[in-house]
Amino acid sequence: MKRVILSVVGTVAGLVALLSFKAQGHPLPTAGPLPSAGLPAPSPTPAPSNSAGSGATSGPGSQSAAKGSGGTSAASAARTVMGNAVETQYGIVQVQVTVTGTHIDNVSFVQLQAFDGRSQQINSQAAPILLQETVAAQSAHIDSVSGATFTSDGYVQSLQSALDQVGIR
Amino acid sequence: MRPGATPHRRVVACMGTVFSFDVRAPGVDSAALDEAIGWLHWVDATFSTYSPQSEISRLARRECAVTDCAPEVAQVLAECARLHAATDGYFTDTPFGTLDPSGYVKGWAIERVSDMLRAAGSVNHCVNGGGDVQCVGVAAAGRPWHIGIADPLRRGHYAAVVAGTNAADLAVATSGSTERGAHIAGPDGRPAAGAFASITVVGPSLAFADAFATAAYAMGRRAGDWLEALDGYDGYAVLPNGRTWATGRLAAEGSGAPRAA
Repeated sequence: MKRVILSVVGTVAGLVALLSFKAQGHPLPTAGPLPSAGLPAPSPTPAPSNSAGSGATSGPGSQSAAKGSGGTSAASAARTVMGNAVETQYGIVQVQVTVTGTHIDNVSFVQLQAFDGRSQQINSQAAPILLQETVAAQSAHIDSVSGATFTSDGYVQSLQSALDQVGIR
Repeated sequence: MRPGATPHRRVVACMGTVFSFDVRAPGVDSAALDEAIGWLHWVDATFSTYSPQSEISRLARRECAVTDCAPEVAQVLAECARLHAATDGYFTDTPFGTLDPSGYVKGWAIERVSDMLRAAGSVNHCVNGGGDVQCVGVAAAGRPWHIGIADPLRRGHYAAVVAGTNAADLAVATSGSTERGAHIAGPDGRPAAGAFASITVVGPSLAFADAFATAAYAMGRRAGDWLEALDGYDGYAVLPNGRTWATGRLAAEGSGAPRAA
């Protein structure tokens, strides 16, 4: 049982380390700030004052449910393990992982402060966008087409394939 | 401009659909474009739910742990978890009870290959993956990218056009049931009801826009209010009866002319 818990902790530490790694140097293109709507309110619990990208945040964290299993239940029982709060350039992130045995069933974020000054600035600089409907749409010069995902076969008959043919010629 | 950089048009079959690369002047090295396309195929092999031996399929069967997989797998699942929270649970990587992050992977991969091209020196390009589009820069000097939104009710016609108004990144993602049938599930695991013929989300990042379009489609009638409150992203919906609506800047700055039913 102890071995199982240790490996779980290792996995959580790995995930948290991964998140703090993400914040350094080469952020993923998709790891930017999430827009605010629908985000849970920031947790009132103050996060540990880890400096951004220090990488020193990969401690075991709290294992509420893991300890509660008391070693009697089978390894197949699902448990929830909480990671440490990690400060990244995108905000404070805390991971909660549900595990069965050594397998991760679900990863969720219990704490998520997505905004800092820089991301607010980026948002305010976002481009305004025009939308034209009906007649204008049919006659406008169009560069690319957005629509429900087509299959490889559907592509042949799509507006996009026509644009591609024109462009490639 | 780098030596060897040229404009490119390239069409590639990948992930069960077709990707169109439109790299405009000054362009990019052929080798950089090849590398980006090679990475796209790697993503397909790693995340394919159709291939039994992909890492994501093995993970879904619990034959391996996340930590045994490529680091991108953990990154994608972490982003899916973030989006799950940001969409009130409507975006999920387990839409029908099994692990399937496909709803995120394509948009993320398109945005990432776009960034690979940018890192290789391209300043004006547009990558379209099966109808989800990420644009960088402009289409030509003084002319922003114009992205047509396919009319879900009239094949071969456009419902509307979205244009960037400066060189900021522009992403356009559309969810609908017109091409692949019902494939989006609500939080209850049942296929989403058809409140929309299609719904389009526009913003700077395609990974987000794509996930938000999927979530909005699953939300149904709630989607309008949810999109209206969303910071930096706006929506455009075509309803089954042909009526349309738009949120935020799309509504404020559009022509506003009602579409002929």
